[in-house]
Amino acid sequence: MNMHNIWFIMKREFNGYFATPVAYVFIVIFLLLAGFSTFFVGNFFDRGEADLYPFFSMHPWLYILLIPAISMRLWAEERKSGSIELLMTLPVSVFEAVIGKFLAAWAFTGLALILNFPLWITVNYLGSPDNGVIFASFLGSLLMAGGFLAIGACISSTTKNQVIAFVVSVVVSLIFVLAGYGIVLDFFSSWAPRVLVDVISSFSFLTHYDAISKGVIDMRDMLYFVSLIAIWLFANALIVNARKAD
Amino acid sequence: MTLRIEIEDLAKHFGEIKAVDGVTFSVSKGEVLGFLGPNGAGKSTTMKMITGFLTPTRGTVRVCGHDVLTDPISVKASIGYLPEGAPAYADMTPEGFLKFIADVRGLRGAEKRRAVASAAEKARITHVMFQPIETLSKGYKRRVGLAQAILHNPPVLIMDEPTDGLDPNQKYEVRTLINEMAEDKAIIISTHILEEVHAMCSRNVLIANGKIEFDGTPQELEALSRYHNAVCVSVGGVETEALSRFVESLDDVAGTEPLNFNNGIRIFPKDGKQITLELSERIRSNGWQIESLYVENGRLDEVFRTLTTRPGDAA
Repeated sequence: MNMHNIWFIMKREFNGYFATPVAYVFIVIFLLLAGFSTFFVGNFFDRGEADLYPFFSMHPWLYILLIPAISMRLWAEERKSGSIELLMTLPVSVFEAVIGKFLAAWAFTGLALILNFPLWITVNYLGSPDNGVIFASFLGSLLMAGGFLAIGACISSTTKNQVIAFVVSVVVSLIFVLAGYGIVLDFFSSWAPRVLVDVISSFSFLTHYDAISKGVIDMRDMLYFVSLIAIWLFANALIVNARKAD
Repeated sequence: MTLRIEIEDLAKHFGEIKAVDGVTFSVSKGEVLGFLGPNGAGKSTTMKMITGFLTPTRGTVRVCGHDVLTDPISVKASIGYLPEGAPAYADMTPEGFLKFIADVRGLRGAEKRRAVASAAEKARITHVMFQPIETLSKGYKRRVGLAQAILHNPPVLIMDEPTDGLDPNQKYEVRTLINEMAEDKAIIISTHILEEVHAMCSRNVLIANGKIEFDGTPQELEALSRYHNAVCVSVGGVETEALSRFVESLDDVAGTEPLNFNNGIRIFPKDGKQITLELSERIRSNGWQIESLYVENGRLDEVFRTLTTRPGDAA
């Protein structure tokens, strides 16, 4: 694993977001939706508490829609334009390329997330929140975004069509979030054995994100997201290797 | 003669289709190998296997001593590759694109700046360095791909149809560039433009239906032609038929055919022999005045057709 190669691929990919208006459109829409959901859905003011829970608790739902928009181009575009032949004949391994691209998308998501800092300023102006909790929630949200991105990157490598990559990624992401949602679990718990219900719920983003979004960092939740990212990226590399020339 | 590319019994099957089926050849330093064949013959597939993009079904590829299966990174590091259609990152500028390639190729600092500047100059793209690649014309896009391939001064250069879609001036420039680099590199160029065989190549491999049909110099390729060493003669004041009858009575003549201009005939020698001198003496000793006489080298398009279409193929 050559760190230089990962870095160069990441840098190129990251700059690629800004070569077109995509990055700016995405960031503006992300900020608008994040603000809207915090104030209108999460009732930021009515709660009367100095924290950013309304902001962070909405992230799984925001990410379902927005993260696939970042990840859809990662591999589908390379395959469509044929530049994958160029990339894969440079002295770069598949894993370096997969990780570099993933990190670029992750860094971009991190940037979009950081640009929500006016909310943080607002809550500090209005009251005295626990900034440690906010920082922990931020890290948790970023980690979850990585999970969504790894799923999206892997799905992007299965197709040359970015629209297909987007739609399928949204659906798979939705499944991963909904697996922990009350209604879905109730549906299973009425007939399935308890073990199965637990397994389903333990695969959910919601189950693992819930504690993090309140600022509680549990190693098991961290491990869940890290291994989820690793598994999807591993699958991503296998798919790129097998289907690059199709 | 240092062997730079060694290919042995290379094959790639896509299900039932044998795109490449047992290809063996090698290329040394200083050689420009013209890889000929009709579309779909397996040229691009072979190149993709040499560059490590496709995994062979069987056979081995060694580039500068490295096996592409066991040490793909070393193989890729020693090759400059221009894929078919010269794909690039369309939203980058040639400058950013070449810098990225230089980074990944391990060039740093002053060395990197020199390599980018020199490749841009050789490919003649210095004045479009800051325009997005997607806004460039087809010719310039091809040259950006070329600059990318030669950037790290690789010992092995593999180019898939480098002159496809270029105008005659651009083709000339690309050929000149390739000839300039030929001396200290091993180069493979695929093409179906037969004039390039003479313009660039020191050797040809002709492939059809995944198999090698010919491996030799351009001159040897021409010698396979029916027209090789055929002599076209016209004689003043003598009927074509009388001339043909006379010529056909000579020992080394296999046959004749009339030319559709200036009353001349084309004379085919037996076994591709050189018969010009003897022929002109005999005609003159007959008291005839030769108006024009020239020897044909052979027709590549005819050889190409013969070698790449099997008897029975509709063509």
